[in-house]
Amino acid sequence: MTQINSKIPQGPVAQKWSSYKASQKLVNPSNKRRLDVIVVGTGLAGASAAASLGELGFNVLNFCIQDSPRRAHSIAAQGGINAAKNYPNDGDSVYRLFYDTIKGGDYRAREANVYRLAEVSNSIIDQCVAQGVPFAREYGGLLDNRSFGGAQVSRTFYAKGQTGQQLLLGAYSALSRQIAKGTVKMHTRYEMMDVVIIDGKARGIIARNLRTGRLERFFAHAVVIATGGYGNTFFLSTNAMGSNGSAAMQCYRKGAYFANPCYAQIHPTCIPVHGEFQSKLTLMSESLRNDGRIWTPKNKEDAEAIRAGKLKPTQIAEDNRDYYLERRYPAFGNLVPRDVASRAAKERCDAGYGVGSTGLAVYLDFSEAINRLGRDVVEARYGNLFQMYNKIVDENPYETPMMIYPAIHYTMGGIWVDYECMTSIEGLFAIGEANFSDHGANRLGASALMQGLADGYFVLPYTIQNYLADEIRTPRMSTEKTEFVEAESDVQSRIQKLKAIKGNRSVDSIHKELGLTMWDFVGMARTKESLEHALANIVKIKKEFWTNVFISGETEDLNVELEKALRVADFIEIGELMARDALHREESCGGHFREEYQTPEGEALRQDDKFSYVGCWKYEGDDKEPSLLKEPLVYESIHVQQRNYK
Amino acid sequence: MEKIINITLKIWRQKGPQTKGGFETYQLNGVSTESSFLEMLDILNEKLISEKQEPVVFDHDCREGICGMCSLYINGHPHGPDEDVTTCQLHMRKFKDGQTITIEPWRSRAFPVIKDLMVDRGAYDKIIQAGGFVSVNTGGIPDANAIPISKEKADEAMDAASCIGCGACAAACKNGSAMLFVAAKVSQLALLPQGKIEAARRAKAMVAKMDELGFGNCTNTGACEAECPKNISISHIARLNREFLVAKLQD
Repeated sequence: MTQINSKIPQGPVAQKWSSYKASQKLVNPSNKRRLDVIVVGTGLAGASAAASLGELGFNVLNFCIQDSPRRAHSIAAQGGINAAKNYPNDGDSVYRLFYDTIKGGDYRAREANVYRLAEVSNSIIDQCVAQGVPFAREYGGLLDNRSFGGAQVSRTFYAKGQTGQQLLLGAYSALSRQIAKGTVKMHTRYEMMDVVIIDGKARGIIARNLRTGRLERFFAHAVVIATGGYGNTFFLSTNAMGSNGSAAMQCYRKGAYFANPCYAQIHPTCIPVHGEFQSKLTLMSESLRNDGRIWTPKNKEDAEAIRAGKLKPTQIAEDNRDYYLERRYPAFGNLVPRDVASRAAKERCDAGYGVGSTGLAVYLDFSEAINRLGRDVVEARYGNLFQMYNKIVDENPYETPMMIYPAIHYTMGGIWVDYECMTSIEGLFAIGEANFSDHGANRLGASALMQGLADGYFVLPYTIQNYLADEIRTPRMSTEKTEFVEAESDVQSRIQKLKAIKGNRSVDSIHKELGLTMWDFVGMARTKESLEHALANIVKIKKEFWTNVFISGETEDLNVELEKALRVADFIEIGELMARDALHREESCGGHFREEYQTPEGEALRQDDKFSYVGCWKYEGDDKEPSLLKEPLVYESIHVQQRNYK
Repeated sequence: MEKIINITLKIWRQKGPQTKGGFETYQLNGVSTESSFLEMLDILNEKLISEKQEPVVFDHDCREGICGMCSLYINGHPHGPDEDVTTCQLHMRKFKDGQTITIEPWRSRAFPVIKDLMVDRGAYDKIIQAGGFVSVNTGGIPDANAIPISKEKADEAMDAASCIGCGACAAACKNGSAMLFVAAKVSQLALLPQGKIEAARRAKAMVAKMDELGFGNCTNTGACEAECPKNISISHIARLNREFLVAKLQD
């Protein structure tokens, strides 16, 4: 059986990263110029990696599907970024950030990676300030912090409700500087179609020029995947319309393990679904839970009257409101982690206390904060979020509580990587949301930005050199080599096959069908039966797609329908993998909730004796079931226990 | 409250950058006023696909007003009739039953059409590459709190930094000037001590690149500010002019 080697350095957890750096191999400056690195994606992880590798002197080729690297979906992150600076003097430390992240991930993350993440977090803030990121400040001129779910300290740095935008523009500016210098060659409106493997090592990619529709070949000594998560498998999610999991699936089909696919994060505070034509769900930042209080009516009759439009939330007396998070979790209150808050909202709605016309919504109320702080302060903190809510829903959250409901937001699972962020294919790396490594079964708020930038600025630029140091004698290869030609021709035949179907269904209509199956049966609460049902449905959806999809236009032209079809073909495979992984994991942990495994109070019940491992799926062929490999999770410096936010 | 409306759409269709485009008219019935403008276009495209026709191509991605990917000139306004929103945040409740809606791509010499409503905004990236950054490498940075920055300056820099690079300012300008876009970046960085060091070089380089790429001159009409979905103030253009003048005097 294949052994998983995660290459975790020896020694105490707090010294692993420094001892790794002290003993790793490096590449000298004259050799760096002769080494090519492909970075796919320009989000926080991709842009920061491409810029940092360019600064070091490597020859970088960077790709994005959008018209500019500044558009990657990291830009939509609202609330903030965590770091263990302890500026507020409230007891934070690298260890505490590490501990909170492991606990938040329900003891399903790799200890050594998480410690390193917490360790480099402080450098990220320094870096961003130096780039001119306008973080929020106090009147004294120093940086301001706020609190986020799953922590009892205030360690979140923010730039209004647009932190992701500001951090991404910081990384984009660093990237732009390298593009001008010529160390990074940028390819916008290009989509990766396959990874090219030569003698067991990743040596390049096949990409489709989205403007012309033509396939092109690119060589590199190493390939870095920074293409984000696969939340759009659910069709409706908080992800951007173009976010997709295809690059990850291409790597998977070439032999990279896909780890913990069933760990998907359902974010508790999103604007509820309103109609069949809906194309996406909008997130309302977790930071709102700092001052907003979540409630449903205490009496079912009131909830029914609200749903029928006969009663307004402002007419419900204080005594008749159930602040259910504060009631169930007095220690963390409204700031429990996302998985806990989402399940609690579902529990209330399923029990008949939901509001809104569909009954699938709860209130997020700012009236107490407005009375306590004044409207001006609330506006300064959350003004842009309130405006966004108002434009979408046409209601004023200063006057009536927001309505929110959970939605798919982030995927903790992803391409398996070792301590060096290298996948199970040599020379193929994965960073940011695209990999699986740091968040376990649930990610804490404001930690995605931290991980993306940690990987791109401070981890990969080191670890990739340990690999590239052995590649200095490898000359640049011709893209006329058989492996490149074959990879391109495989992509070409997949495209022709899709185009030749000439059926009667639009790509979106099949994607929506997949999304409904995923949400209903692989969503917030899963059972053996629901997952088996999902697997059976997905087989039918796959058949429908491959026999009845219709793609208009030409293949060698700008063709949006073809782009979507190629992505949906992969979403179907991911959906299957998620359901399969969820079915095998007979426990509840973090975002993965199996109804069969819960405590009497309805909390997630782990089965540590059986499932304290990373589930790594290995591709075995198109019509074969994938095989499961296990990386055991060993905790040396943390005592594993049941999560408790009471 | 939700209403159902029928609309007539006049949409610019153009097969490619070199081909001649023109308006096509489509009738779309049964549109919910709760749907967003882009969801309305999704509905149109589903209809076109069901008739085996090519859907209308338009840029979009985050659909929450922050990525800057969506564009569209709607009834003569970049991002449509609502204030302080991008096209993806515009909702059909802003339109009336029976209304005719004209949809065009950005109209600017520097943003050539790629297909239908999709344009090439690569020029904005080139302007940033000319100097829209602070020249620091990764690592070796002093503590983030080493240099205090007044809250007023930080907040003003944040307002300037809210620019999403959508191109509405240049598309709205009768001269096709990119001054608001350039000013937002120059101003953000000039307000902060980290960016101040290179302020003169940055202002000159970005303005020179803007001119080179075929954007027009600013004549202070204020159309850019009026149409900016992020409400970026033209006071930043005044700061850019000051920075530019100081830089020129230093030459």
